[in-house]
Amino acid sequence: MFHWLEERPFMFAAVVIVFTAFAGIVELIPDFAKSSRPLVGTKPYTVLQLAGRGVYIKESCNSCHSQLIRPFKSETARYGMYSLSGEYAYDRPFLWGSKRTGPDLLRVGNYRTTDWHEYHMWEPKDVMPTSIMPAYKHMFTNLAKIETAYAEAYTVKKVFNVPYDKEGMPVLGSFEEAKALALKEAKEIAKDMKSKEVKALLEDGKVPEIVAMIAYLNSLK
Amino acid sequence: MDSQSKLVEYDYSVAKLFTYSTLVLGFIGMLIGVILAFQLAYPELNYLIGEYGTFGRLRPLHTSAIIFGFTFSGIFASWYYMGQRLLKISLAEHPFILRLAHIHFYLYVLIIILAVISLLMGITTSKEYAELEWPLDLLVVVSWLLWGVIMSAMVGVRREKSLYVSLWYYIATFLTVSMLYVFNNASVPTYFISGLGDWYHSVSMYSGTNDAMIQWWYGHNAVAFVFTVPIVGIIYYFLPKESMQPLFSYKLSLLSFWGLIFIYVWAGGHHVLYSTAPDWMQTLGSVMSIILIMPSWGSAINMFLTMKGEWQQIQENIALKFMLFASTFYMLSTIEGPLQAIKSVNALAHFTDWIVGHVHDGTLGWVAFIIIAAIIHMTPRMFKREIYSRSLLETQFWIQTIGVVLYFSSLWIAGITQGMMWRATDEYGILLYSFIDTVNILHPYYVIRAIGGSLYLIGFTLFIYNIYKTITCGKVLEKEPVGATPMQRG
Repeated sequence: MFHWLEERPFMFAAVVIVFTAFAGIVELIPDFAKSSRPLVGTKPYTVLQLAGRGVYIKESCNSCHSQLIRPFKSETARYGMYSLSGEYAYDRPFLWGSKRTGPDLLRVGNYRTTDWHEYHMWEPKDVMPTSIMPAYKHMFTNLAKIETAYAEAYTVKKVFNVPYDKEGMPVLGSFEEAKALALKEAKEIAKDMKSKEVKALLEDGKVPEIVAMIAYLNSLK
Repeated sequence: MDSQSKLVEYDYSVAKLFTYSTLVLGFIGMLIGVILAFQLAYPELNYLIGEYGTFGRLRPLHTSAIIFGFTFSGIFASWYYMGQRLLKISLAEHPFILRLAHIHFYLYVLIIILAVISLLMGITTSKEYAELEWPLDLLVVVSWLLWGVIMSAMVGVRREKSLYVSLWYYIATFLTVSMLYVFNNASVPTYFISGLGDWYHSVSMYSGTNDAMIQWWYGHNAVAFVFTVPIVGIIYYFLPKESMQPLFSYKLSLLSFWGLIFIYVWAGGHHVLYSTAPDWMQTLGSVMSIILIMPSWGSAINMFLTMKGEWQQIQENIALKFMLFASTFYMLSTIEGPLQAIKSVNALAHFTDWIVGHVHDGTLGWVAFIIIAAIIHMTPRMFKREIYSRSLLETQFWIQTIGVVLYFSSLWIAGITQGMMWRATDEYGILLYSFIDTVNILHPYYVIRAIGGSLYLIGFTLFIYNIYKTITCGKVLEKEPVGATPMQRG
């Protein structure tokens, strides 16, 4: 049989496809619907949080930080309740990471505060003298992409039926409304911040990356 | 057919171009790797080029440069070299295919340049080894399909009826990478739905756990069908050519090939052990990873047995030395991987540097060594010159070998140490170490790792110099050498 295949490249390719596609079909499809169901109480991200998530992705924070708490006592003691599938239902993309150069962040919102993040992102060594994390001073001046974040929220609402604007869920509305809401949310966060630069930008109607980032990190619970 | 009676002159123009890009991108990818390694030991190095030089920005660049730059260049160079020989055709006889092959190369270079720019700017989807946004994904698909068309065309016009083992591996690479890449990168461009925001931004087609499962089905098989399958294809050609020994066993190569491509895809589940992925799928991934030892070792054993009774050759032949050393590392790496896929071992190893160490004993010890050996074999035949310096190659071999050993041994220790510290508790069950304690302890290992990586890079730089000198002033060969690649003493 194999000699026969080796002289017929087309048939050979067809058999290779069957051999390699098999596993994906068996492993990925059966639980696909079950795995995409949200846990009761899980809410999609607000536009500001989504913009912060965009910053998290832009800086590849997931290269060094996981967002997956495994069901071991040593992990739950350190980071909190282990992960449940439904908690991730609105995560596109997922951000589990594969390496913990720094600690897990899945529930960082439970034990770190806005001002802690502000100091830490400005200069990690100020908070943790032997930290090997780089400082992210540029986040204090770069502007968050509110428009792109809105576009993303709008897209998942339209295409994947993510329940924005439903009862008890974050409000999306029109872009103008969403922008005003994000600014309001940002100013709320900035109340706990010290940076004059950040406050000045917000007064101008601009949202610096750091505020969106903190909004996102605070939402991780 | 009378063209068969004429002597066919192979056209190596595209193979040469891809050889250059292998060397250039290999150097860039490894250099970024070395910078990253030093950043972990000395974080001040994060600020070399402002916000563009942090670990987070450079890391996707390193992995992409090595996978899609260095390794694929090596795979393509070998293809345009051995594809002609195994199919008994010359691209010179088929000007249209040759033109497509040139377009393939320039399109590839364009994608690499755009990828570097976009990753430095932080335009990424965050999915490992699939970071490029959709416009670049589309270009990648076009260039990949172009390669598929070229490969099919070359196979279509072949004179050798039966496909040699190496070609099986190349066909499997093409088909499987196509499938994986398209499914994992499936996303919705947000601008087209909303008319707002960055035009290049997109959102993943899958969410949460599903996204993770598809990502690691892809990510694991990027390892399989880029770092393993085509590389095995390369050694299947170059080892018998260099040693002038026929392949030990056809049956073993059959078993290894079909076994490898079937089982490898199942094993992706071992990347999401103890996660929220379905339990049965995790177990299946774990079990299949263990079974994977058999086809992996099958190929390696086939290589070793091909050398049966001919081991004296490696005293003289450096290309063989690279290939057999690489096969040893392949065996090491393919027993280490399954070991880490055992659930209880994975509980310790996951998220630590042990995983990084594992990847690198595979890539540095196996993938890069095979590609280096292929270039050693191809260069004198493509450029009709002897390798410039034998002793330089010998020096390179040992520098790189020491580099690999320092690299993986330090990360093994680092990974296991950190994993043990994360779970250590006192007699009352209270965690013994805060996270930062487990970071502080890693410093010496990170330094050793960075030195290991630097040695490897130095070795690779010597190699680039050696190949450059070979091409520009190596001793001219009158006719094509048979067997061991000729090298100048000194």
